[in-house]
Amino acid sequence: MRAPTNGPDVAAGDVLLAVENVSLSFGGVRAVSDVSFDIRKGEIRAIIGPNGAGKTSMLNVINGFYHPQEGRITFKGQTRPKMRPYEAADGGIARTFQNVALFRGMTALDNIMAGRSLKMNKSFFWQLLRYGPAMQEEVEHRARVEEIIDFLKIQEIRRIPVGRLPYGLQKRVELGRALAMEPELLLLDEPMAGMNLEEKEDMSRFILDVNDHYGTTIALIEHDMGVVMDLSDRVVVLDHGEKIADGTPDEIKSNQAVIDAYLGVAH
Amino acid sequence: MLYREAGQFKTDYASDQAIFPILQDRIGLAVILAVAILLPFANNDFLTNAVMIPFMIFTLAAIGLNLLTGYTGLLSLGTGAFMGVGAYACYKLTSIFPNVNILIWVLCSGFFAAAVGTVFGLPSLRIKGFYLAIATLAAQFFLEWCFIRVSWLYNYNISGAIEVPQRTLFGIIVTGPRATAETRYYIVLGFLVLMTWAASNVVHGRIGRSWMAVRDMDIAAELMGIRLLPTKLLAFAVSSFYCGVAGALMVFLWYGGAEPTVFNINQSFTILFMIIIGGLGSLLGAYLGAALIFILPIVLRFAPEVLGLHIHAATVEHITYITTGVLIIFFLIAEPAGLARLWQVGKQKLRVWPFPY
Ligand SMILES: Nc1ncnc2c1ncn2[C@@H]1O[C@H](COP(=O)(O)OP(=O)(O)OP(=O)(O)O)[C@@H](O)[C@H]1O
Ligand SMILES: [Mg+2]
Repeated sequence: MRAPTNGPDVAAGDVLLAVENVSLSFGGVRAVSDVSFDIRKGEIRAIIGPNGAGKTSMLNVINGFYHPQEGRITFKGQTRPKMRPYEAADGGIARTFQNVALFRGMTALDNIMAGRSLKMNKSFFWQLLRYGPAMQEEVEHRARVEEIIDFLKIQEIRRIPVGRLPYGLQKRVELGRALAMEPELLLLDEPMAGMNLEEKEDMSRFILDVNDHYGTTIALIEHDMGVVMDLSDRVVVLDHGEKIADGTPDEIKSNQAVIDAYLGVAH
Repeated sequence: MLYREAGQFKTDYASDQAIFPILQDRIGLAVILAVAILLPFANNDFLTNAVMIPFMIFTLAAIGLNLLTGYTGLLSLGTGAFMGVGAYACYKLTSIFPNVNILIWVLCSGFFAAAVGTVFGLPSLRIKGFYLAIATLAAQFFLEWCFIRVSWLYNYNISGAIEVPQRTLFGIIVTGPRATAETRYYIVLGFLVLMTWAASNVVHGRIGRSWMAVRDMDIAAELMGIRLLPTKLLAFAVSSFYCGVAGALMVFLWYGGAEPTVFNINQSFTILFMIIIGGLGSLLGAYLGAALIFILPIVLRFAPEVLGLHIHAATVEHITYITTGVLIIFFLIAEPAGLARLWQVGKQKLRVWPFPY
């Protein structure tokens, strides 16, 4: 299904983000222990593992929401013990959440517009007047947001407060909000959870298109093995907070440790 | 005329981003504005002085609180105190610099309230919800204490109250006992219209979106690069600015004088009720809430007289309380999201009428 970007060119790609020996615990619970892996520019990197394996915690470490007790994170050549949310956002890391974290009271349009907050900088004074530079900025960004709305085919629901949308559409709006940040690295936490087959296919299409057209690097957590195998260039497998495998989808499919820990478990 | 948007196509994003994209809405707004401007010609002092001026001042304060509580999701019980800061600041400023135009001081008093509000907003980074409400309650009590104890604030008046001096604008008396109701009405109307317009601009732009983002899901907002503390503090500042101006207007253009009790916790609760009933996170809601809580009891009080019923004054008072209470409960049950939401749902129905969807 996925040919062009697979292969040696990606394998040789520059590292966009690397985590080294990262450990994170909450009180006594060790959510991530001594995990290292990297994400290369332009690839789709899947993170898989059974429930509670530490996948979401890993994403939270990457965009600075959790601060690991040990380890280092290198993003765009800069190494630090932890990321900070603002730093991550400013550096081009966007994110969707396992349990949709939209701004429920706002319309789909406003949610996606909010994704452009960092790129908008006209002063409070102009905002007060909603005139001149502020209006110009608003219109410019609206045009970009409309492109995203067209791309995700959500024109009809623009003006609806997202709290009233069905789950599948909420997931789509959330992707739109992340895309509005024009990220270099997009973190997707189970973007297809709770979707029917058709919705899953749509979402897969969007993810591939984002990766192909915009060259956005993607880290993807997903439980559906079919989807993971189809979409991803490389897969890292976590179990009980530890990394148990790392490699191409084919390597992962035949890895005994993975089969024991994960594929053997019925979901 | 039918309420339809058919045929009104937007050809660019600027007009689609307009705050009232539908023509009928703009016409309605123009009519309301015209009525408001012509109202004093009805020559009814009671209407201008005892109904409209206070209504508009309450609305302004309600808009202020709504920016903080409705839009940014930060519950505050310090509204009364922030209004008080505006009133006392205005009083001190005009006492010290009597020659500077009073309207400039009214506006400046907003900045004092904004500064105080920002300081008391600092805990909002760490605490939310009821706990933040308690922190603002501390602001309320502390400031109230200042209004009573710091006699410098009321120029060492024996009574402990402030009395509004006479001030003029282009030779017209605007404050003090000799200012006419019409003059004061137009000034308050001017403040309300301009500040509603400004608030509407802010909430529809980047800043408004970041406020609502923080309200709805602060974690996601933070991970999108919206800095929580500056965003929350700006909400406190702008909100307190509005409350401060409302407080200054209240004393200078309505009461003509005030004791510290005007700015007590009851005032905070009154404004809070207004935005809850009117609609959190809606500017229209501030208007509707202020109307329901302030104007409705007045109407009810006069209803028996107009209807020719002779009821004892005390009884009328009781009936007014009961009816207001019942209506508030009724509206809250009918639409917990407030009157503004009720209005929107009605408009949506009208738009698609006669079809149910
Ligand atoms: N904020 C937190 N406080 C305490 N424990 C946490 C917190 N976040 C995660 N954990 C714990 O860390 C472990 C890993 O959780 P995490 O959510 O990262 O798993 P996951 O791989 O995303 O699982 P799932 O597939 O169910 O989403 C779990 O044991 C969880 O209980
Ligand atoms: Mg998870």
